[in-house]
Amino acid sequence: MKDLDKNFKKDTETEFPLREEMRPRKVTTPDGQVIDIDPLADYFCQEAPKVHRKSYSAIVEGFYNWARANSLWILGFGTGCGAIEMRPLMTPRFDAYRYGIQWRPTPRQANLLVISGYLSVKTLKRAIRAYEQMPQPKFVVGLGSCTINGGMYWDSYNTIKKLDEYLPVDLYIAGCMPRPEALLAGFMELKKIIRKGEAEGANKYAENFDWYKANQKSVIKDWDMPDYSW
Amino acid sequence: MRDLIEKLTPRYTLGNATYQRADLTFVDVTRDELRALLLELRDKEGFTHLVLLTAVDWIEEGKFQLTYMINNREADQTLGLRLYIDRNDAEGDTIHDIWPTAATYQRELREMFGIAFPGSPRVDEEFILEGWTDMPPYRRDFDTLAYSQQTYVEREGRETHDPRATMKHKMYPEG
Ligand code: SF4
Repeated sequence: MKDLDKNFKKDTETEFPLREEMRPRKVTTPDGQVIDIDPLADYFCQEAPKVHRKSYSAIVEGFYNWARANSLWILGFGTGCGAIEMRPLMTPRFDAYRYGIQWRPTPRQANLLVISGYLSVKTLKRAIRAYEQMPQPKFVVGLGSCTINGGMYWDSYNTIKKLDEYLPVDLYIAGCMPRPEALLAGFMELKKIIRKGEAEGANKYAENFDWYKANQKSVIKDWDMPDYSW
Repeated sequence: MRDLIEKLTPRYTLGNATYQRADLTFVDVTRDELRALLLELRDKEGFTHLVLLTAVDWIEEGKFQLTYMINNREADQTLGLRLYIDRNDAEGDTIHDIWPTAATYQRELREMFGIAFPGSPRVDEEFILEGWTDMPPYRRDFDTLAYSQQTYVEREGRETHDPRATMKHKMYPEG
């Protein structure tokens, strides 16, 4: 690489200051009392996520997994170019609805987060929030080479290169960008994984919560949210 | 376009005119005349639209080139005004009162090149980047590859083929 400047050292000293609205402060209430406010602790729940335990019997768990596999609700959150490939899937041409796969507009109504391409640091923050707000059991699918190893954004100053450092990924679909057929095949594969009871991403996230948080905070300097967004 | 440049030359210091295409011309201007020139072009010559305001980093010369690209729709003419400013301590003059859209460009230049535009609305707020602490990333001494290697985790096994070496090897396998 000719233009690689060997001497370039990233600035690791400068800290990004906490946003003003997030800083602890003293507030005078309407009746004259002065109270301390720590927005991050006071406004948000600080609880860490818990591992969702398996059912008491294998048969029941198998039944649950069968039900989960047939109830995939995708969060309509397009992060990169791949979001374009989801539109034909929603429409008659490829029609994912016939497999019982649907899109929902809010995280609270969805259980499958499709990271559809490159994630800039700014989008990663929103993706993490969206993921954490989804009800369990929840799954993550990474779409395209950008989520796998950076793709063509491998030397970008602002996009992450390995999604599973930051979110627990159950399945990757390769391609740049993967065609709707590939996505359908991927969703079928995901159903199989769920039925086998191996789509344990959310539990992995809960178990390795500190590791994920450390990775996330190492790239998101402007961390102005609780550790887990309930 | 030549007529216009000739007409303006007695009153303004214009240099280095490049007639790139029949409808595209570039010319160098000086900082203290920029405002008067833009106003005259906008109000008298029909260049009513600011197409873009952008910068080029001439690191070897220690200069930033600001390019004000303006367009006359009626005559189908685009004129690029090149203004050179010092790279250290870079500062430009805001023109947001001439074209309000300039404020957005100036915010971008402030963030990506670190060029100050005192007086431009909200110019010191974050624009695209969030929580950025390093040097402005469009400056040429900022090495995006090195930065990304030092910041983001990579997956093992990725190969990168330098296009030049790969094609050379493909076309002349013996060397
Ligand atoms: S893998 Fe290709 S199509 Fe997908 S986000 Fe990256 S560059 Fe775009």
